[in-house]
Amino acid sequence: MSAFLAKRLLIGLVTLIVASIVVFAVLEIVPGDPALLMLGMNATPEALEALRSQMGLDQSIPVRYFNWIGGMLMGDFGRSWTYSSPVLDLIIERGIVSLPLAILSLFLSTAIAIPVGIFAASRRGTIADSASMGAAQIGVAIPNFWFALLLVYLFAVWLRVLPAGGFPGWGAGIWPALKALIMPSLALALPQAAILARVTRSAMLEVLGEDYIRTARAKGMSRRTVLWRHALRNAMIPVLTILGLQFAFLLAGTIIIENVFYLPGLGRLVFQAITQRDLIVVEGVVMLLVASVVVVNLVVDILYAAVDPRLRVKA
Amino acid sequence: MSLLEIEDLRLHIGNLPILKGINLTLGQGKVMGLVGESGSGKSMTALAVMQLLPAAIQASGRISFNGISLLGAPEAAMNRLRGNDIGMVFQEPMTALNPVKTIGEQVSEGIRWHTRASRAEAEERARRMLDRVGLPEAKFPLSRYPHELSGGQRQRVVIAIACALAPKLLIADEPTTALDVVLQKQILELLRDLVDEHKMGLLLISHDLAVVADMSDRVTIMRNGEVMEAGETAHTLSQQRHPYTRQLALASMHVPDRGEKAADRQGPEEARSAPLLSVNNVTRDYPHRRTSLFGKPGVFRAVDSVSFTLDEGQSVALVGRSGCGKSTLARMILALDRPTSGTINLSGYDVSALPEAKLKPARRNMQIVFQDPYGSFDPRHKVERLVAEPLHLLEIAPSISERRDMVADALDKVGLAPADMDKYPHEFSGGQRQRISIARAIITRPKLIVADEPVSALDVSIRAQALDLFADLNARLGVAYLFITHDLTVARAITDRVMVMHEGKIVESGRTDDILDRPQSDAAKALVAAAPDLQRALERRLARIGRI
Repeated sequence: MSAFLAKRLLIGLVTLIVASIVVFAVLEIVPGDPALLMLGMNATPEALEALRSQMGLDQSIPVRYFNWIGGMLMGDFGRSWTYSSPVLDLIIERGIVSLPLAILSLFLSTAIAIPVGIFAASRRGTIADSASMGAAQIGVAIPNFWFALLLVYLFAVWLRVLPAGGFPGWGAGIWPALKALIMPSLALALPQAAILARVTRSAMLEVLGEDYIRTARAKGMSRRTVLWRHALRNAMIPVLTILGLQFAFLLAGTIIIENVFYLPGLGRLVFQAITQRDLIVVEGVVMLLVASVVVVNLVVDILYAAVDPRLRVKA
Repeated sequence: MSLLEIEDLRLHIGNLPILKGINLTLGQGKVMGLVGESGSGKSMTALAVMQLLPAAIQASGRISFNGISLLGAPEAAMNRLRGNDIGMVFQEPMTALNPVKTIGEQVSEGIRWHTRASRAEAEERARRMLDRVGLPEAKFPLSRYPHELSGGQRQRVVIAIACALAPKLLIADEPTTALDVVLQKQILELLRDLVDEHKMGLLLISHDLAVVADMSDRVTIMRNGEVMEAGETAHTLSQQRHPYTRQLALASMHVPDRGEKAADRQGPEEARSAPLLSVNNVTRDYPHRRTSLFGKPGVFRAVDSVSFTLDEGQSVALVGRSGCGKSTLARMILALDRPTSGTINLSGYDVSALPEAKLKPARRNMQIVFQDPYGSFDPRHKVERLVAEPLHLLEIAPSISERRDMVADALDKVGLAPADMDKYPHEFSGGQRQRISIARAIITRPKLIVADEPVSALDVSIRAQALDLFADLNARLGVAYLFITHDLTVARAITDRVMVMHEGKIVESGRTDDILDRPQSDAAKALVAAAPDLQRALERRLARIGRI
């Protein structure tokens, strides 16, 4: 188990290093001079030069790369040019909106998808099965921003039970803050839940056709008991894979959804930073997102071993 | 009233009949052998008794167990019977156990379900049952997972599950077909002992007449969903009054006519020419899984200093139990794997060392026939493409018409029509598919064919035809065979020489008849003693009746 973990950790570390090089390189290639953007088209060459050297842009690329990496390791993500505050402060300020949003949608999508998938599989071929899978098909097809607008229309404009957008901050109390996150997380969760429900259903159906299910039935256990005790855990293996993969898409989805709901989260931060060429912010946030995907995949790997004893390496 | 009575059992899927009026009676403490080829409806009969038939199948007739009518019994009543009064053992031990649950959980689960025993009591009973089936606590604690056990050990766990509550009826559906002969003997003996101990009725399903003759008091012979003949085992199988019974018995003892060639090849002349294949001191090590990140992994020696030669046109059997290293050796001969040390030479080419690019001429000279004629073809390719596959080994690629001619010729040699090349594999029966795989093997006119259990997945009558075909091709084309098998009847039927492999070493080799009649090594003796033999089984059974 420890060898397995060490190997996974090493893979995660390599992923992070490669990602940092790619992120840095891509932003080097992107056209647009941040100094020019900050000072405007009428800036004098002297002023531009001064700002460039102040921002370290006159140094060679490798030096800047290692300064950047070294800084991040020490907790210094650099300073945003547009917000004129440390990037780390910005990330923390926005992260306390985005992280709960991501966790809430992950929770919602599994809470919807797995019961629906099991339900459909246990009633294979019935109207209930076709209805839930039809709904899942629609869920896959609907773009999440459009679904978000429908939610706004229903809950904010018509029923007037939830705010249409914005975020009051955690300082305003847990409930008002959570209320502002319900619709965005639902909008994020829906397409994910739809895919996950289909995966759960097919994984369950495949497992239910296995020989050991027949062995369990031959013990005299009812169909239902066999489903819960024998089929579910085996079916969770492919479901976990998809869940891990979906997390990355969830993070990408926050960029759109945070804009739709006007949430001051990381997604909006990175979106604005890109349009304003605030590269140091983009780099910091992207690295943070990469790190969180690596961590989630590590967790998925550990869960694999928890579910499937064949993956536990005997010491 | 008998323990199990089946009367006029009929099964249909839509309008397609599967069982056409089966009658069968099994008394308490008795063993009934249900024999037939694949598709005869043996397993469907068993599943009908368990009421675990696929939902699409409609059943009619009468099945009564201890006076209870099972057909149409409510699900709750069946749940009380299954696992408690009726136990079932399945064919494939590798997949019959849940991979994510320990063997202790899986054995005690049924006990708890039926008896409301506490977890500790159920585990105690499970422990005793596992001890009884030969899995002692010291080596097999309840916390073991199925993947940590071999096939034979897993089948013991399945038997422990089925017999945990001492059922009145045990159904065993081909319980040993996936196991080697030595394991088969052990498992059959275990079943027989358990049946005697608990006075269980055993419904033993098998395609192997010898196994059934050895085990059962009465036999029922099925074909295409109908009972052909039923009666007392020794009489039914020795008198063979029904033509199908006779056909089955003949097929299962079939020995192809190989003329005098077999004897010829033992003559002194063979020593003169250089051997076709020579294997010199070949060893293959596999690293064990590493236990720590920095520790040096240990090695597992799969093949241990093996040397032998094989002459042109000679037919040699490599026999041994599962896991003895015979498939690893075959892979190295086919240059699919490299030896750790030693050399393998095939008609002048060092296949153990040459780079892949230079192996082409050697590969033309050796081809393989696999065990499973169902799994060894791409279902989306036509026969022409499947059979022509090895032709890329030719130096000059044949034109399309040449290619078709070669495929037609190969199909003709194995007894199929050239027109068959435009069909897909699913249009053929199992036996025909094995012919296609033989056609694929001979299309490059190889000097050596390695056949890995080539007939063990086939029904007896098809198997007899396949053996005839192998013998015929050996005689006509002079192709040499290396048969890898654990089935000694195959070795006896078709080979001149036998090599017995055990734990990576060849422990005995010599003329087939000598080895099979007078085995010297323990490994060879165990294989010979365990091999089911219809003739011997019937003699034993008749002798027993005579004594009574």
